[in-house]
This record gives sequence, structure tokens and C-alpha cells, in this order.
Amino acid sequence: MRNQQATQLLSELSHPGRTAVTWPACDVPEQPIEDLIPGSYLSDKALQLPELTEGEVVRHYTNLSTKNMSVDTHYYPLGSCTMKYNPKRNERLASLPGIVDLHPYQDEATIQGMLQLLFELQGIFSEISGLPACSLQPAAGAHGELTALMVAAKYFKSIGEDRKVVLAPDSSHGTNPASAQMAGFKAVSIKSDPAGGVDMDDFRAKLTDDIAVLMITNPSTLGLFEKNMREIADAVHAKGGLVYLDGANMNAILGIARPGDFGADMMHYNPHKTFSGPHGGGGPGAGPICVADKLEPFLPSPVVVKDGENYKLNFDRPESIGRVRSFFGNVGVLVRAYCYILSHGPVGLREISENAVLNANYLLSQVKHFLPVPRGERCMHEFVASAGKLKQERGITAMDIGKRLLDYGFHAPTVYFPLTVPEAIMIEPTETESKETLDAFVQTLFRITEEDAELLHEAPHSTPISRPNEVQAARSPCLRANFCSS
Amino acid sequence: MAYLYNTPDDQHAMLKAIGVDSIEALFSTIPEDLRLKRDLDLPPQMGELELTQHLSALAGKNASPATHACFLGGGSYDHFVPAAVDALASRGEFYTSYTPYQPEVSQGNLQAMFEYQTLICDLTGMDLSNASLYDGGSALAEAVIMALNTGKRGEKVVVLGTVHPEYRQILQTYFTHLGIEIIEIPCVDGIADLAKVEETVNAETNCVVVQSPNFFGGIEDVAAIAEIVHKNDAVLIQSFDPISLGLLKRPGDLGADIAVAEGHSLGSAMQYGGPYLGIMACNDKFVRRLPGRIVGQTEDRRGKRCWVLTLQTREQHIRREKATSNICTNQGLFALRASIYLALLGPGGLKQCATLCTQKAHYAQTKLSEVERLEPVFAGSPFFKEFVLRDTQGNVEGLLAEAREAGFLGGVPLGQFFPEMNDCFLVCVTEKRTKQEIDALARTFSLIHSGSSTIHA
Repeated sequence: MRNQQATQLLSELSHPGRTAVTWPACDVPEQPIEDLIPGSYLSDKALQLPELTEGEVVRHYTNLSTKNMSVDTHYYPLGSCTMKYNPKRNERLASLPGIVDLHPYQDEATIQGMLQLLFELQGIFSEISGLPACSLQPAAGAHGELTALMVAAKYFKSIGEDRKVVLAPDSSHGTNPASAQMAGFKAVSIKSDPAGGVDMDDFRAKLTDDIAVLMITNPSTLGLFEKNMREIADAVHAKGGLVYLDGANMNAILGIARPGDFGADMMHYNPHKTFSGPHGGGGPGAGPICVADKLEPFLPSPVVVKDGENYKLNFDRPESIGRVRSFFGNVGVLVRAYCYILSHGPVGLREISENAVLNANYLLSQVKHFLPVPRGERCMHEFVASAGKLKQERGITAMDIGKRLLDYGFHAPTVYFPLTVPEAIMIEPTETESKETLDAFVQTLFRITEEDAELLHEAPHSTPISRPNEVQAARSPCLRANFCSS
Repeated sequence: MAYLYNTPDDQHAMLKAIGVDSIEALFSTIPEDLRLKRDLDLPPQMGELELTQHLSALAGKNASPATHACFLGGGSYDHFVPAAVDALASRGEFYTSYTPYQPEVSQGNLQAMFEYQTLICDLTGMDLSNASLYDGGSALAEAVIMALNTGKRGEKVVVLGTVHPEYRQILQTYFTHLGIEIIEIPCVDGIADLAKVEETVNAETNCVVVQSPNFFGGIEDVAAIAEIVHKNDAVLIQSFDPISLGLLKRPGDLGADIAVAEGHSLGSAMQYGGPYLGIMACNDKFVRRLPGRIVGQTEDRRGKRCWVLTLQTREQHIRREKATSNICTNQGLFALRASIYLALLGPGGLKQCATLCTQKAHYAQTKLSEVERLEPVFAGSPFFKEFVLRDTQGNVEGLLAEAREAGFLGGVPLGQFFPEMNDCFLVCVTEKRTKQEIDALARTFSLIHSGSSTIHA
């Protein structure tokens, strides 16, 4: 029984005269506002914000929330996004007084606990990555990419080299080439080979003398460990270039292999993926980066250092690229990552990856019987199946399957990415699902492939809406209430 | 471990189905020499109780508004957050959901983002808003990128010296290495020098960045600056304080082409600086250049009103290196908090909040200026909720350290940003500060001055 009013907008629910907040009376001697601020600066019209009671606001947003699938309510096998369970303890601990309410300009003497936490986390991220220096400042994975590429640019400048090219496989996240471009580099794409790895011939052909950085996702977006990793890294280093690891898929290799050990000079983490920070409907995440020693001087300022018994923010970094974000970074997300890592310890972290990889391979072993997995029998934390054959034979697309899964209470996998697999269906179970859930998912997936094509084209059937007209949305954009071009 | 499901029996059954005899065998694709041969050197596992004790101990080493009255500002503010904001935003259906790529099962988030865009347009008087960016500082950098990409002939970026120093540092980081010239106009009296703006802005100027209320709390004559900027066919970017718009004219009414803000003060805690909320709103003409996520209204196949992520052809997952920005996320949860906050306050509540800040800040400025060793610095300029004081004895650090002992986070020393202001500090007064606290801070500063600083508030 759905609340029909829940589709109304705040502006439609608004009634002039209502409010949800009563502020205290002004306890200082009041002066006419025009005596404090010249009238020409003061607004002469009332804001057009909605007017509602607290109960109306609570009902509105509570009803909205019920229209979302979420990790707390549904299985979310969304490839490349690592939608694992978000532990409740982390939410409470990140909200403790003395953690959640610190001002970023408090004197160091008053935030020793916070600085200790951040200092330890820098060390933890370095240990997991095998890269000794860390900056917690970037605000998201893509921001980490951009920051690291700026670090690389500054490094090359410092040694008097003008390098312009950033290489990235065609299966990489779109943020890689976009970040490269924003950092002033030219992004060049490398082909994938039939097995989904880097096409070594294409790589060698494009490995020019002015290569600055190779960006590589390993494990890859196909869920494969790049088997030529050593050779690739050695070749880039031999040319004087740097290797950047897109850490989106770190969930597969915690405590098993470290990017610094397999050739990376720089990497970013996605704490909202690997370390269970909730995705929040699209954010916030964070994008801490770890780098090799020689790049440390160029990291953004400040970093946390330990000076005797005290923790300090070090701003005295003359070679630093500067600052990429205000204040310290997305501390709230970092606190959750810290709690998550301490909840596991070294053995537990390894078990996360083992179980994530076990779950993925188990799903792969079941799914491959009815949906081909073009790139192999074995995977890391995720794999990419293809509905190419189904589409050819019965007109059923990856999108149809994804949409129909919604009817059965499963979130759709990532579809149509990477672009290198036709009708791609990218599945990542994560370690926080049970065998029973995985079995139910496989059975449902199989059942869907047997269903009537027409039924699938019109799916989902049970959700509040179905198959919105996205073309119309883009063609005549209506981006706010009461302001739509018809 | 509490979050793992697989029992040894499950593992056994799954390995059998896969056709291997150990989990180890699943990692065979990682070459032996690339594997870690030891355990990670990390602290040992902690249960929930131990972890709670550990975090509580760390938290206990920090001063906070619970232990100290907070008069700190400079871009992060101790505003009040109504309980309904926390209660609603902490619903798992909001905070454990993903980017709404599947609109059928994300209408809650999509509608909330669409409402956020609507509320931000109403608040700013601008045509368009995206669904948020990282924070106020990087949003400003994105605004400059957008202006530079819009094909205006000039390549120079003019930034007023009253813009938040950290935001200016971000601009330097983003643009200096790209060879884009950033011209800073030094501030004189804590406010932009219009004559200098007139003199600096010319045909080569691409955009002008102004912040109002500015870093010192001062209110800029944005309308006058807009006139100069537009005369030169350049883009005006205004960074603003969202709470101030309960009283002040909106960026859209003043002539801003792009408006950006740090939005955490709309219903989110200070969190030692993050995560925050980067607000960005702009004129219609930027519609296909606006970075980040955007939600649009449309209809589903049954003709029902609904919402989807739209204009994705600007984005990196489609355009890769040709995207308008590399940003592939928004601050969904914090945009949600801002929406709930604005919905709760409404126009009257926001106006009252802004008025309380202004009244109390002005009272505090008068009161603190009465302390013998303190004097107001930009006394002639109008200000909103922050102002600058000078310690005539030139010992800001000492003064504030003693005030801390008495239970006050008394201000932000400005020497770290402006060496010539080593004897100055910035004081912020939000609606949360009471007359009693303000009076007690003034009394404490007086006592410190007279040498008997041991009295607590």
C-alpha cells in the first residue's frame, strides 16, 4: 500500500504560513537590520522555499526513501561498485561527539585524537598499498586520480622533463582519461586483447618516449588480474614513466598483493567501495592516494606528521602541488574506513578478499552455464557475462535482464560496461552475501533468460515507475520544479 | 568476522562447485612473485566493544562544541542541525543506496536530488543547479573550468583577494600548471577595491571570482562588480554563504553567471572539514557544460511523472577525455541533508536564522571590541556573521590558547593565511552562540589581558 502523495513535490505540498523550525528569540539587544547591513544589500523579496510542518517533511522523505533499493534492503550485485554491507557501528562511531563536530581550524592541541586517527590511517593505507606516502585530501576516486596526475606532472617538472602522454586501457573507467585531460595530459587509449588484458602489441606501439603515466585498473574492470603486470610496469619504468593504479578493485587483493609490490608508483583508494563507506545515493566517497617515496614531496598539503608524542599538520611542503580541496578532506568517510579496517585486522582483511573472490567465482561457475562469460573461467572479485547470444537469438538485451531482475527484488548488475564486451552484464557479489542469496540470484537470472521476450522488454512491472523516457529528459531538460519547457 | 557469511561448509561446497580444492587456488592468476608473502602489518582485529572504546578515547582527546563554545568560522560553521535531518538522512534506504543508474528503483533519491536542484535555484535565484559537487572550494575550481570552456575569448582568471585563501590555493593548484594566468586583486580594507577591479578586468579576462560574504565576513558590492565584469564580456562567479541568503540579495539578483558555495552549513555537521557539499548553480546558457550529476524530470512508459539522471553525454563515462569534468559523483547524502534542512526551515526559518547570526555577530563585534587589547579591523565594512579583530599586543596565539583553557574556541588566527595579519583573528558567531557565551568570551579576553586568566566561563 503505497502512499500516493509521496510523488508530490515539496513545492506542491507547501502551505504558506507553515514552518517546522522555531528559533529562539534573539537574546542580544536587537538593532534594525538596515543599521547593520545597508539596505541595498538586503533582499527585497521573500525566498520561494516550501513551507511545511516537521511531520510533513518527515513523511515526505520517509516515503521517498521507500522507493530506493539499497544495500540495507536488497542484494546489489553491481559490478565495479563494490556494494558491500555498511556496518552500523561505523555510523555510530563516526557520529561521536568529538569526532563529528570538530572544526577544521581548531588548534592542533585540541584535536590530537583526530590527528592520531588520520596519522594512523595514512600508515594503514600505505601498508595495504605497499606505497610509503599517503595523502587523505582528495574527495573522491576521480579526484584522487586528478591529484595523483598533478603530482606526476610536478615530479616530471622537477626533473626537467616535459612528458605529455597518459596511456589508459580502453576498458578503464571513463574518469581515467577525463582526469588525464584535466591535469594537462593527452589521454591515449590502449586496446584490450581477446582475453581482456592489455594488448601488449598495442601497448608497446604506444609506449613513446614522452609517456608520463600509464593508468591501469588491476584487477581490471573485467575482474581479471593483469597477467603481464610486471612486464608492463617494467616497460613503463624503462621509459622513465610512472604507473598509476586505479584502486577501484582493491577489494579483491587486500593482503594478497600490493600495488607497490607489483609495479605501481601511485594509486587511489575508493574507501566507499573497499572499506565499506556507504555510497549515500551517489556520495560522499573519498579518494585518498598513496605514492612512492620519490613522489612524496609533491603530495597535497597538509599531511599529518608525528612529532615526538604530538601529532601535527605539516604545511611546510615547498614542492607540494598545493591544495586540491578545502580543509583536510572527507574525514567522515575516512573515519568509517579506519573503523572498518580495525574491525578486521590483517587476517580479517585478507579474508574479505578471499571471500569476495570465492563468491564471485562461485557465481561465475553457475552463471556461465546459461550466460557466456567471454573472458575466462576464473575471475577475481567480479566477472562480465554477455547477453550477446540471447540478443541475437531472442532479442533479449542486457538491459532487459537488468530491468527484470528489479521485479524479483535484486538490483541490476552493471550493464554495458566495460564497452569491450557486447551486452555486458558485470556482476560483483562482494563478500557480504551468503551462498543462499547467491543461489537465489542465479536461479532468478536463469529463470529470466527463459522468460518471454515481450515480458522482458516491458520490465520492470512491479516498481513505482518503469522505463522512463530518458531521451525526452535530455532533449527538453526539465531540471527543476515549475520550470519545464514543454 | 561479523560481516562474512561463508561458513567452512559453505566454502567447501562453493569450491567444489567451482572445481578447485582451495581458496588459494582461486588466486592462481596472480603471478607468484607479485604476491605478498606475509600478513599485513596492521593493528589486530577489534570487536565492536573494543573499537567503540578506542574511538571514544580518541574522541575524548579532542575539544569540540560540546566542551568549548565555538567562535570559529572561515568556511566551516557551527550551525544548528534539526533532529529530523539526522533521522531522515540516516535511513538506510538513503545512505546505503548507490548512484541512481536504475531509475525504477531509485525514485526516492532521484526525486530528492531534483528537489535539491529546485531548492538551490530558489535559494540562489539562478536558472540551473547540478546535483552537487565535492565541496565549496573544488566547486569554485569547477566553475572556473566551466567558464574557461565556454569559449569566451579571454584566458585570464581574476580572483579577488577576499576569496577564501584555501579556495584560491585550489585554483592555483588546478590552473597554474595548465598555463592559465590567475590574477589576484589584493584586498585593502577587507573588501574588494572596485577601482582596482575596474582597472584589472579587461577584454582578456575570462572570468572574475568574488566571494560574498567574503572570507572576512564582509559583504561585497557584487552588483557593482557584475557591471564591470559584464561590460568586459566576462563571466562572474560568486561564491556565497547559503545561510546569508536568508537576508542578502541572491547571486542571481546581483548578476552572477555562476554561483558556488560550501553547503555543509545547510544541515550537516562540521566533521573536521568533510565530507562537505559543493553547491553549483548557473545561468541557462551553461546547461550542457555544467559538471557533475544532473537529474531531469520526464515520464515513464505509462505516462507517469518521474526522474532520471540526464544530460549524461557531458560526462566522463560517455565522453571520456572529452567530458566537461572528471567528476562522476555527487554528494548525494549531503545534498539530501541540505534539502531536508531547507524544507524544514522554509523562507521564514532561514530568514530568522540569518538574522540571528547577524544580530549576534554584530553584538559580539561591539562587545569584544570593548576589550582593552582588542580592536575591530575592517570596522567600516558591512559584515554578515564573521568579523576580524586585532590583538593590539600582537599575541593572537597566546590569547586564543588562554581562551581555550577557559572553554572557548575563540577565533581563527589569520597570520597563517595573511602574514601581514599576524596580529589578527577571525571571529564567527552563528545562531547557536548565546549572549551569555559572547559576554563570557569578552570577559575572558579581558581577564587574560589583565593577567588573571584562570577564571572559567
